[in-house]
Amino acid sequence: MTDAALTTSLFDEAAVPVESPARRALRRLVHRKGAMFGLAVIALFVALALTAPLVSPYDPAAQSWTAVRKPPSAQHLFGTDDVGRDILARITFGARASLLAGVISVVIALAIGVPLGMTAGYIGGFLDAVISRLTDAMLAIPFLILAIALAAFLGPSLHNAMIAIGISTTPIFVRLTRGQVMAVKVEDYVEAARVVGNPPWRVALKHILPNILPSLMVQASLSIAAAIIAEAALSFLGLGQQPPAPSWGSMLNAAQRFLANAPWMAVWPGLAIFLTVVSFNLLGDGLRDALDPRER
Amino acid sequence: MLTFLGRRLLQLIPTLFFVSVIIFSLQQLLPGDPALVMAGEERDPEVIAQIRQQYRLDQPLPVQYAYWVKGVLSGDLGESMRIKVKVRDLVLEKLPVTLQLAAMAIVIALTIGIAAGVTSAVFKDSVWDYAANVFALWGRSTPSFWLGIMLIFLFSVELGWLPASGYVRPSEDFWGSLASTIMPAFVLGNVAAAVLMRHTRGAMLDALQSDYVRTARAKGLLERTVVFKHAMRNALTPVITVGALELGELLSGAVLTEQIFSIPGFGKLIVDSVFNRDYAVVQGVVLVTATVYITLNLIADIAYVLVNPRLRA
Repeated sequence: MTDAALTTSLFDEAAVPVESPARRALRRLVHRKGAMFGLAVIALFVALALTAPLVSPYDPAAQSWTAVRKPPSAQHLFGTDDVGRDILARITFGARASLLAGVISVVIALAIGVPLGMTAGYIGGFLDAVISRLTDAMLAIPFLILAIALAAFLGPSLHNAMIAIGISTTPIFVRLTRGQVMAVKVEDYVEAARVVGNPPWRVALKHILPNILPSLMVQASLSIAAAIIAEAALSFLGLGQQPPAPSWGSMLNAAQRFLANAPWMAVWPGLAIFLTVVSFNLLGDGLRDALDPRER
Repeated sequence: MLTFLGRRLLQLIPTLFFVSVIIFSLQQLLPGDPALVMAGEERDPEVIAQIRQQYRLDQPLPVQYAYWVKGVLSGDLGESMRIKVKVRDLVLEKLPVTLQLAAMAIVIALTIGIAAGVTSAVFKDSVWDYAANVFALWGRSTPSFWLGIMLIFLFSVELGWLPASGYVRPSEDFWGSLASTIMPAFVLGNVAAAVLMRHTRGAMLDALQSDYVRTARAKGLLERTVVFKHAMRNALTPVITVGALELGELLSGAVLTEQIFSIPGFGKLIVDSVFNRDYAVVQGVVLVTATVYITLNLIADIAYVLVNPRLRA
């Protein structure tokens, strides 16, 4: 190639607008039907949770002895429960507890797990050894058992359930971040940033963190799904949201006693959990495919 | 192999140390004076003093920890505050029930997971593949306690085929035992089946594109022989490892399943002791679960090396 030809081809390439990785990922995500379905359902539940007092047909705590265990009807679309409360209203308000628990516990896990994982992966040595063994130890206790034990010792409340689930989710993020940091820190651009004299914290925050963000986003979405199931499980066992405050898990617990004559009490909260969890899983899967640089 | 085993066992020591520290530290989360909380309704100063002495709560933390670990290492997991039974005896009584449930669940999970995984890989992008993927998504998104309740509604309340709750030992009545555990085992195995399906599908897709499968096809072997004898045999080795790990996860799932079906196993023990504020039992159960989980991990690792001659050197 002559110099002139080389210059032209360089200019040609510069003339074509280059798509940023984030934009490409977004374009690919939009084309994934599953992920878009997930996103739509999540948006719907978030809207329901935010506007619950406006859209809910009844007060979720209002009991009515004249409307005990009524099957779905025009008046009560989802039926009523064992003390005559409207199930649709409780599902709508219950979305608050579930979504809040899902998001907050993952935020807790990210807030503890990412700095620990970055420290372990970037600094290495003795700190890495201690953090990694502690992570192994936490992963050796099955997720739900650890969450139950933590919630039991902290005391039953939605607040403590979120902390318990958050701490139980943390080791996944420590391990993921550590592995990603170790893979990224040997790249030339990180080396270059270090050589020009950037302090370690700056290299970590400005050069490494943005590059591991995609994997963290995928894991966060999948972890929210797991956290929502875990919160429902803890509330089902009586360790999460305390009655009479509505939560999908505790609604299922109450429903168990009335299966023979009021099965609708069990159908709706379960369906709500399933739909939310499936949506976060679909979004997580879609994000993973969209962010995978090998798939063009 | 021996070096690998030695190194792997050495790695366990710090992990086990941290597991014990975590479980011991749970006690520190109790709000207020642990002796008062553990005593519960009991306000008798004598009982509180006894608890304080039994757990050495008046001593510094490292000393408390040392005594606790010493007990654990000699097989003493403490005593239940409520029913005054040794935690070890409680665990030994409940564990076989959960193991029966877990064994049945893993058989169900392997059968469904492998069959669905192989089918979806062999018929990639077909209706079967699509259906198997939907099944996997369903498996990991359905809350097991909801599935359990719905199955009770269908098979016990509506059809009346199976008992809704309770447990019969296989030594008492084999078929009765099977009837009392088949629904919970299915609920428990459902999630594991989904995980196994995804792994089997991935491993089978890799195997079907490998050179030895191409060679087998080029030799003119029947597709059936290629799939079952050549591809599947190689694809299933990593899947068996995943199966061993899933068996550990089942212990976690058993907590909810046993609660729904009122099965007096390990999972129900932990929930009951949580509500009885029987903290020594909670700690003991968590410790045993972690030990079982770590052991299964170790077995899975060793099995993986054993079936992979390349890793054996």
